[in-house]
Amino acid sequence: MTNDITELKRVSSQVRRDIVRMVHGCQSGHPGGSLGCTDFLVALYFSVMKHQPVPFDMDGKGQDLFFLSNGHISPVFYSVLAHSGYFDKAELGTFRKLNSRLQGHPTTHEGLPGVRIASGSLGQGLSVGIGAALAKKLNGDDALVYTLHGDGELQEGQIWEAMMFAAHNKVDNLIATVDYNGQQIDGPTSKVLSLGDLHAKWAAFGWDVLETQGNVMEALLATLTEAKSRTGQGKPVVILMHTEMGYGVDFMMGSHKWHGVAPNDAQLAQALAQLEETLGDY
Amino acid sequence: MKKYTYTDKKDTRSGFGAGLLEAGKQNDQVVALCADLVGSLKMQDFINAFPERFFQVGIAEANMMGIAAGLTIGGKIPFTGTFANFSTGRVYDQIRQSIAYSDKNVKICASHAGLTLGEDGATHQILEDLGMMKMLPGMTVINPCDYNQTKAATIAIAKHHGPVYLRFGRPVVPIFTDPDQKFEIGKAWMVNEGKAVSIFATGHLVWEAILAGEQLAEEGIDAEIINIHTIKPLDEEAILASVRKTGCVVTAEEHNRLGGLGDSVAQVLAKHYPAPQEYIAVNDSFGESGTPEQLMTKYGLDSKHIVIAAKNAIARKQK
Repeated sequence: MTNDITELKRVSSQVRRDIVRMVHGCQSGHPGGSLGCTDFLVALYFSVMKHQPVPFDMDGKGQDLFFLSNGHISPVFYSVLAHSGYFDKAELGTFRKLNSRLQGHPTTHEGLPGVRIASGSLGQGLSVGIGAALAKKLNGDDALVYTLHGDGELQEGQIWEAMMFAAHNKVDNLIATVDYNGQQIDGPTSKVLSLGDLHAKWAAFGWDVLETQGNVMEALLATLTEAKSRTGQGKPVVILMHTEMGYGVDFMMGSHKWHGVAPNDAQLAQALAQLEETLGDY
Repeated sequence: MKKYTYTDKKDTRSGFGAGLLEAGKQNDQVVALCADLVGSLKMQDFINAFPERFFQVGIAEANMMGIAAGLTIGGKIPFTGTFANFSTGRVYDQIRQSIAYSDKNVKICASHAGLTLGEDGATHQILEDLGMMKMLPGMTVINPCDYNQTKAATIAIAKHHGPVYLRFGRPVVPIFTDPDQKFEIGKAWMVNEGKAVSIFATGHLVWEAILAGEQLAEEGIDAEIINIHTIKPLDEEAILASVRKTGCVVTAEEHNRLGGLGDSVAQVLAKHYPAPQEYIAVNDSFGESGTPEQLMTKYGLDSKHIVIAAKNAIARKQK
């Protein structure tokens, strides 16, 4: 665990290399959202969360837990789990291939350490996070539960059921986060189905709402620290993270077009030239 | 025909309520959730005994399934309670991904299944739930027949690790099984031994099968009646042993004939011992409003229809 910004940025650079290489390696997957959420997941796993990769314990008693609700950004999740020590990074090369534990979308079914719920069908992870948070309260476990959601994912109705429940039941050991990049498969969320005033909506549902720059490590750490300080006060906490889909690879940024498209050989080379190899490629 | 009598009638959902309370006493990891149907699901006694282990989620079944999945992470054994329709069709994807595919130890407890929900009509009378649930890999599917068996099943599933669908109903029905029975998941219960025809019944249809067996006995037909309370895993051994003896089959269930017990039995027979089979089930239609008795008669699920089906099965065997 570290608060060293330089070190965290070095991890982010390697994770981004892994993402584009993994997606290129199987010519499928979702690089855009993965790149946009890299800084957040690195901050969470390398600085913020109290967690024990080995031996992996599904119940995670005494540990902070993370649930990836927008399961399609599995490349960033897998890379961060591997570099955190949950499994050997060599396994990243099996992503989306036959007989792999690294399924297209995360699953517990193949026994991959670090994954506690299957996700991919959107909108379910907030409910799961609430359940895990309630179990922690029943167990007298003061560790926290984190969830991550795409902003497009918030169009799913179950999210709003869960938002209502968490506030009503004062699930205040839960920090939800939103990848607020304004993009989804068919285009900008503002055109597909506008989220409106998202900050006001979460607040109206009874949540303590924070916003941050999701691709600025210093801002992320400060906001996550602030979010932790606001737990235990009767309200669930949400962080709206303003991110850019494809962040870190110039030609993938600023568009929804790299949501679920793999780079070709030339594009891979172009991407890797922008991302320093810091921890060794898998 | 073995004589079955009863002194009392109760609803199977009350058996669930009693079983949930007992499971809660036996294991403090048992927790319960309900989507605004505490009275209908008979969960109040559990809530009174263990208020901190109960979660009212409101009318939000999808969220309830997700929360239940999350509660297992931390060692809890969640029992969800709502009507069968809202326990399955409404939340199929949540069960599929967050519970079944995620291997979570959630007990999905579903009341008001089938036609006997009665006057509320087809919007609430789900007849497809057994099929949906049995198709999920790893899911155990149980449909007990009376108050005592539902109570015993509820206690038993708390001790079973893995996702379970427990189906029960609304109306009062005779209590004819042992109050102290040991409920063994996946183990069929021999109701009556016979040689002429095998009647495999589940849920409320077990009592109807007993009434049919008595009628058949009066006519000199010796029916074997087996209670298949566990649809999955199916007791193939008991089914095949019976059919090897009788040579023909009636399956009886309060469910669409597509995808329920009948199809599970047919699959076993097709592979191991082809035999004439008659279905007592709803003939691929929705239900409608009416009293439970009226509906069971109109849709061909009562003992009279089982008698006719048994004779038809026997006739086909003799060709």
